[in-house]
Amino acid sequence: MIQFLVHEKADTVGVATVDIKAGETAKGLYMDSQAAVEVQALDDIPLGHKIAMQAQAAGDTVLKYGHDIGKVVADFKKGAHVHTQNLKTKRW
Amino acid sequence: MSLGKVLGYRRENGRVGIRNHVAILALDDLSNAACEAVANNVKGTLALPHAYGRLQFGEDLMLTFRTLIGIGSNPNVAACVVIGIEPEWTKIIVDGIAKTGKPVTGFGIERTGDIGTIAAASRKAKEFVQWASELQKVEVDLSEIWVSVKCGESDTTSGLASNPTVGNAIDKLVAVGATCSFGETSEITGAEMVCKERAATPEVGEKFYATWKAYDDFIQEFKTDDLSGSQPTKGNIRGGLTTIEEKAFGNLQKIGRKARYMGVLGPAESPTGPGLWFMDTSSAAAEAVTLWAAAGFVAHFFPTGQGNIIGNPVEPVIKLSANPITCATMSEHIDYDCSAILRGEMTLDQSGDNLLDMLRRTCNGRLTAAESLGHREFIITKLYRSA
Repeated sequence: MIQFLVHEKADTVGVATVDIKAGETAKGLYMDSQAAVEVQALDDIPLGHKIAMQAQAAGDTVLKYGHDIGKVVADFKKGAHVHTQNLKTKRW
Repeated sequence: MSLGKVLGYRRENGRVGIRNHVAILALDDLSNAACEAVANNVKGTLALPHAYGRLQFGEDLMLTFRTLIGIGSNPNVAACVVIGIEPEWTKIIVDGIAKTGKPVTGFGIERTGDIGTIAAASRKAKEFVQWASELQKVEVDLSEIWVSVKCGESDTTSGLASNPTVGNAIDKLVAVGATCSFGETSEITGAEMVCKERAATPEVGEKFYATWKAYDDFIQEFKTDDLSGSQPTKGNIRGGLTTIEEKAFGNLQKIGRKARYMGVLGPAESPTGPGLWFMDTSSAAAEAVTLWAAAGFVAHFFPTGQGNIIGNPVEPVIKLSANPITCATMSEHIDYDCSAILRGEMTLDQSGDNLLDMLRRTCNGRLTAAESLGHREFIITKLYRSA
């Protein structure tokens, strides 16, 4: 049973496929290569929400589907919950 | 290379259909009652009532004509009876459908009344049904099946699994020379630059961008708070989507990773060759699928998250979902459950193959969930008020 999926190797975030609890070592899968990956969750990550695959600093670009989905607005560490509190569109 | 053979009806114009309807098509709202009476009299016919067809003008009227002619011309329709209140516009629809070479006859209600029209149209419909019932399916290549794609009631499972499953199948279909189409102009907002770059040529990309921009400008001009002033919506955010780009890229997964679109189609406009095509459509499910049916598409892939239940009278809608709750609580609406991807038990490549299998079965006669439940949403896209 996996707990999160990452669309492709370049992505900086994965997506929880179940509710992940803070402190858990979550098991994931890269969808392009089927490679397994583990990340220790720093926060609770609800199903459908994003988990950081790497630390990112304010101003960095978050990649999902291999595409730019916005900029980091508050630094976060690997395993953090990535959502509206630390990620914003570059559009407005 | 081939994705194998399926059974289909080879129509007079060479196109392949996977259903064999005798349509009783209303020109206008006033003729719905007669169409439904004929369909009641003659078993095995399909009434196609709708809300419009009177005092329309200009581009809006042309789109309604194109939609009605296109629905009657769809290869899933063997023969067609058209009923209208008056003969002139009825003749326009009949003449348009007749270009396919299929049997079509029109009836005007004025100077006859409903009862006389119903009697005459029923006799013709009975003749068509008995003729169509003897048509035989023949083996055709799967690449001859025109497939459209559109999602609805999306959630995070759509971007993760059901939309990429459709994309995987589309890549495989386009690679063997199939004709496919995507649209939902307004839902591309956030990924419009990436979508522009997926065009086969820069000119096609520019045409896409101009089409997207025109739709977006129209929405900006008329939008109110009921059309979520900010994207993504509160529901999307609760589900885990953070930015409009993320939402749009999830949607765009449906066109796969390799295929490039050959051209930009107006609403209900038919492609002129194989490959992937963008069509300028609303993102409302029934309106969009009706436009593809009118453009000649004979099967539709519809990934859903929370469970959109749409069907179309002429173009079978194959539904898939990766949301285990939707697949459990709304199982009668789902043709293909791809939630195994979320459990890490199935790859996207396997899932795309499974969806193609469901397409083959649908061609070979399996009724879709929407067909068996009687979902026949035939909704004409209206561009502006009638006179």
